[in-house]
Amino acid sequence: MRKTLLVASTALMLAAGPAMAQQKTIKIGFVSTFSGPTAVIGNNMRDSFELALDHLGRKMGGLPVEVIYEDDQQKPDVGKQKTEKLIEFDKVDFISGYIWSNVLLASLKPVVDSKTFLIIANAGPSQIAGELCSPYVFSTSWQNDQTPQAMGLYMNQKGVKSVFLIGPNYAAGKDMLAGVASTFKGKVVGQELTTWPSQLDFSAELSKAKAANPDSIFVFYPGAAGVQFLNQYAQAGLKGTIPLYTAYTIDELSLPRQKELALGVPGAQEWVNDLPNDANKKFVADFIKKYNGSRPSFYGAQSYDAVNLINSAVVATKGNLSDKEALRKAMEKADFKSVRGKFKFGNNHMPIQNFYLQEAVKDASGDFVLKTVATIVEDNQDMFHDKCPMK
Amino acid sequence: MTLFIEQCLNGLQFGLLLFLLAAGLTLVFGIMDLVNLAHGSLYMIGAYFAATFAVWTGNFVLGAVLALAATLVVGMAVEVIAMRRLYGRDHLDHVLGTYGLILFFDELVRVIWGPEGLSLSLPSWLNTSVQILPGVNYSAYRLAIIAVTMVVAGFLYVLVMRTRIGMLIRAGASNREMVGALGVNIKLLYTLVFGLGAALAGLAGLMQAPILTVQIGMGENILILAFVITVIGGIGSIRGALVAAIFVGFVDTLGRAFFPDLLRLMLSKDAASTAAPALSSMLIYLLMAIVLVVKPEGLFSTGQK
Repeated sequence: MRKTLLVASTALMLAAGPAMAQQKTIKIGFVSTFSGPTAVIGNNMRDSFELALDHLGRKMGGLPVEVIYEDDQQKPDVGKQKTEKLIEFDKVDFISGYIWSNVLLASLKPVVDSKTFLIIANAGPSQIAGELCSPYVFSTSWQNDQTPQAMGLYMNQKGVKSVFLIGPNYAAGKDMLAGVASTFKGKVVGQELTTWPSQLDFSAELSKAKAANPDSIFVFYPGAAGVQFLNQYAQAGLKGTIPLYTAYTIDELSLPRQKELALGVPGAQEWVNDLPNDANKKFVADFIKKYNGSRPSFYGAQSYDAVNLINSAVVATKGNLSDKEALRKAMEKADFKSVRGKFKFGNNHMPIQNFYLQEAVKDASGDFVLKTVATIVEDNQDMFHDKCPMK
Repeated sequence: MTLFIEQCLNGLQFGLLLFLLAAGLTLVFGIMDLVNLAHGSLYMIGAYFAATFAVWTGNFVLGAVLALAATLVVGMAVEVIAMRRLYGRDHLDHVLGTYGLILFFDELVRVIWGPEGLSLSLPSWLNTSVQILPGVNYSAYRLAIIAVTMVVAGFLYVLVMRTRIGMLIRAGASNREMVGALGVNIKLLYTLVFGLGAALAGLAGLMQAPILTVQIGMGENILILAFVITVIGGIGSIRGALVAAIFVGFVDTLGRAFFPDLLRLMLSKDAASTAAPALSSMLIYLLMAIVLVVKPEGLFSTGQK
């Protein structure tokens, strides 16, 4: 009797085995900055990521989703450590996030070595678009140079003759300044890189910019540094004398503290909160509703897209996460409704997309908001895709 | 030439600001023999108070004065509640205890004001530039900082060199035990000195607030510089702190301003612009190392070990 029971139960377990494997959860690791002065960015990304999961009923292809958030403290070494922990200990199926290019570059090797799918939700160092591109790495943001390149084109349209470049001394800062210089047809009269992220006083750099007497100044200062730069730019008496052009310096997170100082300062971006597509309207409205009036940023929009990209691949492969080849092919199709409208991948898994001119305005209720002014460039592809061996 | 004058003013302004921070640090270190890592937290508290009070009162100057008073009170409370337990103990205990205070204050600020940080906007009469020499315009606010810190430095000089309290402070810095043995109420003196140091840190924080943003952890980077100044100037010496602070301000600003151009003459343009910010931020530490080799006690030692 006991033997029969044993055999029967074994048989049952065997029969149930494949079904139980199907019932696994999808594990996603999310590395971003959740402490320190730039935690505001990380929190906005997490909020958008959570909202996207809510919209999907917290399931992808019928499987429940579990997200593990890790704080990189804006430090490359910590980011790498947290990435390794997610891969080796939590055994995540997908990994996403990454605000900072230097953190991403440090964390890339463990991801690629373990063949874990990485969906970058912000950073876009040139190396990853070019020689370090990988079949397992996708981006829902941009390559760093693209946004400032769009700004350079806009400055040509405005007939700007010369520019002084200021940015932080790390991977993204160098990409940004190189990006604007590559499309700007006028003269680059000077370039200053500042110690990142510790240097917050830009007096020496602003004095040099003033002395060089350029037509314009271009800056890239993400997060709180963007607030500080605008303060000091106004205090140095440059507002109204030398116009400012920016990339990633004025966004929904810094605007509440930049206020009037941001008015009339143009910026380039691939996503603006008022883009007129249905996916975006739903994202922005539900974000404001869920998080009591705080507003989504482009960081959040990219994180929201990352969830939907993962979902599209899981649905297309019917939840079979072990077939990496099929998953990769499904992701390359980018079969999801991006909040920025049109969206497709190039050979290097970087998006080919539009860039818009945005400007800060005061809305009817006296709040400062960003709005789209014009489309600067359509279907823009990064300039490093030729260096990527994937075809 | 106008660029050089402007950069010198930048350096002077930065140095004087650092002096406010270093003066409090060196007093507390010199007189109470206390390593106070939480000095940067008081700097942060001053900035948060100023941003809050300026909105409440609708007046920048009034907000700043209130914030100064509030930081003084907080500083004295911290001394009575926490610091008193640390006197006479090992320096390692000081480091541990005051590091705990940093975490405490960071979290407290997060609970009260939230993680986003605040901004303190300047009134329009300060938010412009003024012509100081023909062809040289300079930020009115930075000039105001220079003026205020100079007044404060003068006040400190009179306080320390010309008053009875100052005499006790100086005596305490050169020989603590003797001052206590002579029947001076050393407890009260300690509370006052710590409160004074806190108010100076708070003043530095609130003046820096409109230039930078008010945020959690804003005092930690600048505290390192304040320690460097304390070491260069000689522990316990206010005059040393002033000289060292201006020196450090100049080296840092002029280094950042002119070092990259100098490097560009020797290296390729790309290599120079990448290496220069890293190298120029090391200049201060190089300066400290040289001073320590030549005068291990600092430039103006108070004669105490």
